[in-house]
Amino acid sequence: MPDISVDFCGVRSPNPFWLGSGPPANTAYQAMRAFDAGWGGVVWKTIGEPIINVSSRYGSIDYKSERMIGLNNIELISDRPIETNFLEITEVKKKYPKHVVVASLMVESKQAAWHEIVRRANDSGADLLELNFGCPHGMSERGMGAAVGQVPEYATMITTWVKEVATVPVIVKLTPNVTDISFMAAAAKQGGADAVSLINTINSLVGVDLDTMVPRPNVGGYSSHGGYCGPAVKPIALNMVASVANNPNVRIPISGIGGIGNWKDAVEFMLLGSTSVQICTAAMHYGFRIVEDMISGLDAYLASKGMSSAMELVGKSVGKVEDWGNLNLNYKVVAKIDSEKCIGCNLCYIACEDGAHQCITAAPRPVGDLRHGAPAKHVPHVIEEECVGCNLCALVCPVPQCITMQEIDTGRGSMNWRQLQEARGKSPQCSMEDLLAKAAKA
Amino acid sequence: MLKQHAPRLTPEQYEQNFSDINPPLTRSQALEEGSRCLFCYDAPCIKACPTGIDVPQFIRQIGTGNVTGAAKTILNANILGHSCARVCPTSVLCEGACVLNMEHKRPIDIGKLQRYAVDHVMDTLQLFTPPANNGRKVALIGGGPASLSCATELRRHGYATTIFDANPDPGGLDTYGIAAYKLRAEDAVREFGLVRRLGVEIRSNVEVTSAKLAELEREYDAIFIGIGLGGTDDLQIPGEELEGCCDALTFIRNTKEQPFDKVSVGNRIAVIGGGNTAIDVVTAARRLGAEEIYMIYRRGEAEASAFEYEIELAKKDSITFVWQSVPTRILGRDKVESLECVKTMLGPPDASGRRSPKNISGSEFRLDVDMVIKALGQKRKTDFLQSISGLKLEKGCVQVQPATMQTANPKYFAGGDCVNGGGEVVDAVAHGKTAAAGIHQVLSATARRTHA
Repeated sequence: MPDISVDFCGVRSPNPFWLGSGPPANTAYQAMRAFDAGWGGVVWKTIGEPIINVSSRYGSIDYKSERMIGLNNIELISDRPIETNFLEITEVKKKYPKHVVVASLMVESKQAAWHEIVRRANDSGADLLELNFGCPHGMSERGMGAAVGQVPEYATMITTWVKEVATVPVIVKLTPNVTDISFMAAAAKQGGADAVSLINTINSLVGVDLDTMVPRPNVGGYSSHGGYCGPAVKPIALNMVASVANNPNVRIPISGIGGIGNWKDAVEFMLLGSTSVQICTAAMHYGFRIVEDMISGLDAYLASKGMSSAMELVGKSVGKVEDWGNLNLNYKVVAKIDSEKCIGCNLCYIACEDGAHQCITAAPRPVGDLRHGAPAKHVPHVIEEECVGCNLCALVCPVPQCITMQEIDTGRGSMNWRQLQEARGKSPQCSMEDLLAKAAKA
Repeated sequence: MLKQHAPRLTPEQYEQNFSDINPPLTRSQALEEGSRCLFCYDAPCIKACPTGIDVPQFIRQIGTGNVTGAAKTILNANILGHSCARVCPTSVLCEGACVLNMEHKRPIDIGKLQRYAVDHVMDTLQLFTPPANNGRKVALIGGGPASLSCATELRRHGYATTIFDANPDPGGLDTYGIAAYKLRAEDAVREFGLVRRLGVEIRSNVEVTSAKLAELEREYDAIFIGIGLGGTDDLQIPGEELEGCCDALTFIRNTKEQPFDKVSVGNRIAVIGGGNTAIDVVTAARRLGAEEIYMIYRRGEAEASAFEYEIELAKKDSITFVWQSVPTRILGRDKVESLECVKTMLGPPDASGRRSPKNISGSEFRLDVDMVIKALGQKRKTDFLQSISGLKLEKGCVQVQPATMQTANPKYFAGGDCVNGGGEVVDAVAHGKTAAAGIHQVLSATARRTHA
């Protein structure tokens, strides 16, 4: 049996699956239910001066018959007294000493306020602290949350204040609403952060009700921008996690967050550098029981890969994320349609014809119904010489393994953009500087 | 009076028995079903629909909440989209062609989605605003699907259209000839509203005679023949005149025109025929309360022309199939008391590829029944058709140019069952569309010549 426990900044977690800071991690009652269900850790809903929430608070995106592929919220941090939250953390830790409890914190940007809350967190027995520098709505207007996470100097400064008194490792939770999140991660590290967690929610306006013309969620005829999460944000989060993992100025553990709903998502985040993962939307959608399959799926995956520990996954794919300029221009794949599997939907044809490079042909389908006998099989044809190997046809094909991309030997050795530019006697770098220089001359 | 009438049921039982065999989808069912559609390009369902409805497009429109747009997509291709949604043999048309079948998945329930979209607007939609009249008039004989479709298309070009219908209500077989649990007469009449709102005039209860034809020829620029077929063929055996022996279409028509408890139906019934009409009769008779029902066909199940799903439906209704049997005489004093049949054996395939049955002498058997219903092929309306000068007939069917549906008499066009000898509603609608295009083509060419 592979060992699915992980070591996060020296804190051992029974598994990498933590409930993210949000509504599912609001109370001791929920945390204990989560631990009983199998979760390895709980990141408490952010503790700070209690706030007042509005009603309603959430809005979502459905796709076809799939509900809530994206979720937006305008809820704020905990509305419960600081005292209550810490007392409950102590109670939970007493009952579940082997599970991880992370105290998520947010107070006004004053050294004394941070010192005060961190001391109380230390005393509560929490295993780790997470500084919420990411909340994009409500709190940011009050100089907290993303307002801190968007200014590197603030992030560094507050992290420094926290580290002055923290007795447990400190995670800084990053907002994705910045131009370069890895720069913000480096700023946190500069302040002494032991780890980072990302991503917090993305600034969003989830939609407009077409009957009332009021954006959602509706609060008495008005709405406000919120934070976006759920399956829809996963690719954005993966890219950000990879960029932080790849930044030589960071090199501290990462807790990955953003659209994780099952063990496969979790493994992807781990491969791109996350040691633990945080799940919130999926638990809000389906409840705590989803962790059962996360545990057994991860276990089976590790076994299938011959790995003895989940820690072996961490960062394994980080080196495979390259700059575009380092990719081999002479690597070539072309689409192949398996005519046995093809059902003749023509989606590959029309996608290539209208949406890509016009490399697939399809004969017009003859008129006729089954009363005149079964029609001849209708299979589109790839013009291999024209195919640019973009993948689009394989992506739109509804039949598994019907369109595959097959490697073609171009007979040319490996050559990337940098090498090509060098061979041409030009700068391999982006030509932005050249353009700016030209503009300055003109 | 029949020898023994089927037991009377309560009004609730009749309603339940004749309730919609395919109940309409709810909004969430429609959205879920529609979400399975792949939105194929140059989709096979479109190519398998005689009227070429853009199925993927209307399903997508349902999905986006544009249900009126979906209904327009359907009705612009097929004005009888409502009845076709209910009575089309979709398993051999659009749904049979659905690519999901190739992956051994359930095809999209196109018929039900189509009904969902059309139901939404049927009583209110003005499909298009017809242009000002172009000064030309077209008469349409027969108020069935072919004429309704043809008249609709002609209105797009501004023709004044008048339908002459022998029946009190419009719709033809949609109204009078389809089992009530598939399509109620009142729904077929409601559907006509879509056509009426386009300015199509209808004169009901008008039998077009030879004298009337001469009048129409004088007054109209073109005449469309959409008269369908006549009554069921006779058995040509002794006893057909007995009370209790009737024609399938009359029987079905009674279930559609009369209250269910007033329909004359025996307790034990023999239905002769192997087609879809025979199935409509046996299933309707069961729903009216008949206790013993035999469906008698001279060939075997494999040779029966009824669709597989129709035969399954009859099996579910516990109909007794009497395959490879032919009625020889109907017995009874003045009303049907029993039917004598003889078993057949199937010989080698004939020129048409069908195995012809031969009676096995000595294999006679008798069924005690109160009613014998004939569901053989329908008669051609040869007498009427022959009264039109120059019309060419082949086996009683009107010969037409397939591209225009123009007959050998250039003033006449034709479509529907009187041309194909009996097809689906959707085939008649397709004929009507082609004929309208043909009429427009021919009459606008004449107009150009006149003005030149």
